[in-house]
Amino acid sequence: MNGIKLILRAVHHGEQHLVRELVAVAERHHTEHEIHHVATDLAGWSREHLQQVSDTARDYDLALTGPPDASSSGFLMTLTEQAAERAGCRPEPGLLLLRDLRELHLSASNNSLHWEMLAQAAQATKDDKLLELASACHPQTLRQVRWTNTMIKILCPQILTSL
Amino acid sequence: MDASVDGIAQPWGSRTPFGRHEPWPVRVDTHLAAGVEPGMVERWVQAASILHSDGDAMDIAVSGGHMVGVRGRSVDRVTRGRLGPKDLFGWQANASPDRLSRPLIRQDGRLVECDWNTAMERIVCRSKSLLDERGPGSIGFYTTGQLFLEEYYTLAVLARAGIGTNHLDGNTRLCTSTAAEALKESFGCDGQPGSYDDIDHADVIALFGHNIAETQPVQWMRILDRLEGRDPPRLVCVDPRPTQAARRAAVHLAPRLGTNVALLNALLHEILRTGRIDHDYITAQTVCFDELRARVKDCSPEWAAEICDVPADRIREAAEVVGSADRLLSTVLQGVYQSHQATAAVVQINNLHLIRGMVGRPGAGVLQMNGQPTAQNTRECGANGDLPGFRNWDNDQHVTELAKVWNVEPKTIPHYAPPTHAMQIFRYAEQGSVRMLWISGTNPAVSLPELSRIRSILAQDRLFVVVQDLFLTETAQLADVVLPAATWGEKTGTLTNADRTVHLSDKAVEPPGEAKPDLEIFLDYAARMDFRDKDGGPLITWHDPETTFEAWKRCSAGRPCDYTGLTYAGLRLAGGIQWPCNDEAPDGTERLYAHGISWARPEVCESYGKDLVTGATNSVVEYRSLNPDGKAMLKAADYLPPHEEPTEEYPFQLTTGRTIYHFHTRTKTGRAPQLNAAAPDVWVEVSAFDAGTLGFHEGDMMEVLTPRGGLRARLRSTDIRPGLLFVPFHYGYWDTPAGHRPDDSTPGRAANETTITDWDPVSKQPLFKTAAAALRLVERGDGASAPAPTTAASAPSRPGDVPATMGGPSARVSQVGDPARHRHQGDSE
Repeated sequence: MNGIKLILRAVHHGEQHLVRELVAVAERHHTEHEIHHVATDLAGWSREHLQQVSDTARDYDLALTGPPDASSSGFLMTLTEQAAERAGCRPEPGLLLLRDLRELHLSASNNSLHWEMLAQAAQATKDDKLLELASACHPQTLRQVRWTNTMIKILCPQILTSL
Repeated sequence: MDASVDGIAQPWGSRTPFGRHEPWPVRVDTHLAAGVEPGMVERWVQAASILHSDGDAMDIAVSGGHMVGVRGRSVDRVTRGRLGPKDLFGWQANASPDRLSRPLIRQDGRLVECDWNTAMERIVCRSKSLLDERGPGSIGFYTTGQLFLEEYYTLAVLARAGIGTNHLDGNTRLCTSTAAEALKESFGCDGQPGSYDDIDHADVIALFGHNIAETQPVQWMRILDRLEGRDPPRLVCVDPRPTQAARRAAVHLAPRLGTNVALLNALLHEILRTGRIDHDYITAQTVCFDELRARVKDCSPEWAAEICDVPADRIREAAEVVGSADRLLSTVLQGVYQSHQATAAVVQINNLHLIRGMVGRPGAGVLQMNGQPTAQNTRECGANGDLPGFRNWDNDQHVTELAKVWNVEPKTIPHYAPPTHAMQIFRYAEQGSVRMLWISGTNPAVSLPELSRIRSILAQDRLFVVVQDLFLTETAQLADVVLPAATWGEKTGTLTNADRTVHLSDKAVEPPGEAKPDLEIFLDYAARMDFRDKDGGPLITWHDPETTFEAWKRCSAGRPCDYTGLTYAGLRLAGGIQWPCNDEAPDGTERLYAHGISWARPEVCESYGKDLVTGATNSVVEYRSLNPDGKAMLKAADYLPPHEEPTEEYPFQLTTGRTIYHFHTRTKTGRAPQLNAAAPDVWVEVSAFDAGTLGFHEGDMMEVLTPRGGLRARLRSTDIRPGLLFVPFHYGYWDTPAGHRPDDSTPGRAANETTITDWDPVSKQPLFKTAAAALRLVERGDGASAPAPTTAASAPSRPGDVPATMGGPSARVSQVGDPARHRHQGDSE
């Protein structure tokens, strides 16, 4: 069952990474209001995933931490938001936003593949609990993937043609 | 009933009771200027109201070349002769001495008068240089919900195919984009499933976040008349304020702001639990039922009660009333559209109707209302974030078809992404990628969220702002070019109300000075820009309202909003007619889905749908696999907590909204003496409980503060839910010394100084109902009362303490019943 532990760890690591990235992007793009709010909401999904992964992992003698604290990094966040506001009336941060959305997209896609692997392993071992975990979380990961893709599609034409 | 009433003190007039399934009796309301007798009226000119989305049909009284009054049209299907206070008194604003009569351009920092040629050349020159240097994405258009169809259509053609920009939206984004989006999510296409006549047949009317008494007063009169008649309907009202509908409701639910999805999921949970659903309808007409059932399985009334702060038993009671209805009519407005999870919540209301099979029959309908009078037309014409004729930007066939109508190459029409929504257009302007913004008939410096931000965007040197309006509004004061526009009564055109009824509004009088109809302005611009089609001919081939209407008919052909059976002559003769109106339905169509769901097939649908939480767009492949046969879609949604919750620093929830005596930024209603006197200044509603606990009293001058800004207003203590503040929106600054903003002598007054920049990710409608706020005493009122009406939702909790709102002699309205009915009553005596 080492393979399953491996993937559980990978999923856990990937979702943790995505939470951090989503929170960072929300702060960095405070003046892109839709990005800010939706990224914050989507970080909540990955936190739920982490909770479920760590709960399930216990059955496999794996000690994985739960979700990171929902509260943001305080002073640092204020600084990032202020920087975002100062830069908010210039076009160049658009490029930074596209880069960040691309990174989010890749991270979420990475997680999606891990969920896929976990679901396959669960079916091969007839592990209903594991399959339930993957089935509960994977659809939300796919929605995270689609969101980043949609935002890139919408914002790209304006940002890239106005530089 | 031949009587005159005070149209301000009795905004819904006297009653003409009627029983269920009976026709609504006629009552003709007339208001003439002081000293004008009916015999002195030279002409009555047919028109329809542009002060709310009912489209109240009226005749304008003309004498000596001036408007001297209005009268309801007894033959009209929407109103049967009635008029609301805004209709009765609002027309006077047309003749205000401060109407713009000549164009203005900015010179050395000041706006100065000039001739039309100078103003238009300045716009054309800037447009051409921007097109050369930065491309079509540098030009944006922001229009309104108060022009006519012909004007929107012309604007859509010149923006999308002439300039080739993706940045065209209406301020209907603030009032009706959630209605449109939710209809697309559930039915695949925009278009109202219900009809106002459903009010006559329903046994239960559920009002969701819809203060109908103040926003659609004439349809509230209709409900009041049914409440007094045989077999009256039961009302269910979801509203945190003690509205007139709440006072008359069998069940009133006053949830915490931002919790609509939780409440609706609990209602769905109860209706499913008690099995009050139409299995045949669900099987034949819908998809995704199992997912909906699974998603609301755990959403018990107890669960929702915790979130919404509403007793679980009350939720059960509401579910009982809605679930046991024989014919259910639901109406929805800003309490849902401008709140957290707007589209997700509205879709649940559609779901309620679909699982109960309550669509497409008399009395069984959903009215996803519009905020503004011609909001429906921006949606049809693609002057908002849609393509004309409810075409799908993501469907190449639809774009090709549109390109054929316009005789341009498909790639001329930007369709690589959805049309840019208003908030994003302003964001692009803030960032500097949009360099010219043409604003027609709206006043974003008062109506958009977080006004200090909007003012700073509009005031930028690098942004060239054109404003086309009736007055030097707050926004116009920040413009580089101001164009004086004609309005309702001074120009001809058509408008469509919230239940798809098309009315013709004719020109009655000349506009002031050199003011021009918006259509003429757009046509002039298109001619000067020399926009061409793909064969080198002129892109725009029409030249007046009627030829524009004919051009629009060709664009609408074969689409749900098919106008091909309508003509100006027909509309003059018959009054209002509901689209689609074509060869198959020459008299119009009362209910879109009387014969099943018709516009959701993948090849005809307007949208492939979006994720209800993230707003991510679905692809055609996903849509086809979800809904291959074009049924209604039961899209479920989980509740998410609002983005801004009260804190120690900002302990209250703050909501904003429209009230009965004012309309959109008060540009017109603030200039109608009776309406202005009834609600002359902003106020803040506080619950009697909170006011008592904190030691505040009626009339105390308060400061309302949020992280964005603040305003000062006198306190009105009402029966609003504790913990909640309400401030009426759209009190601006044009009638203050500061002109367009707060300053040392003018404290903040506009509700949107305080509102958050956040929008529903699905419909992109800004949230005006979810802020957290602090309330601070500035000074004691010492006997002054708040300038808030006592007649409607702002009625004081202790009525005796405040003088009643009255209009006085200048607000007399004659109300005349149907002569035939009088004879009948006489006979029976």
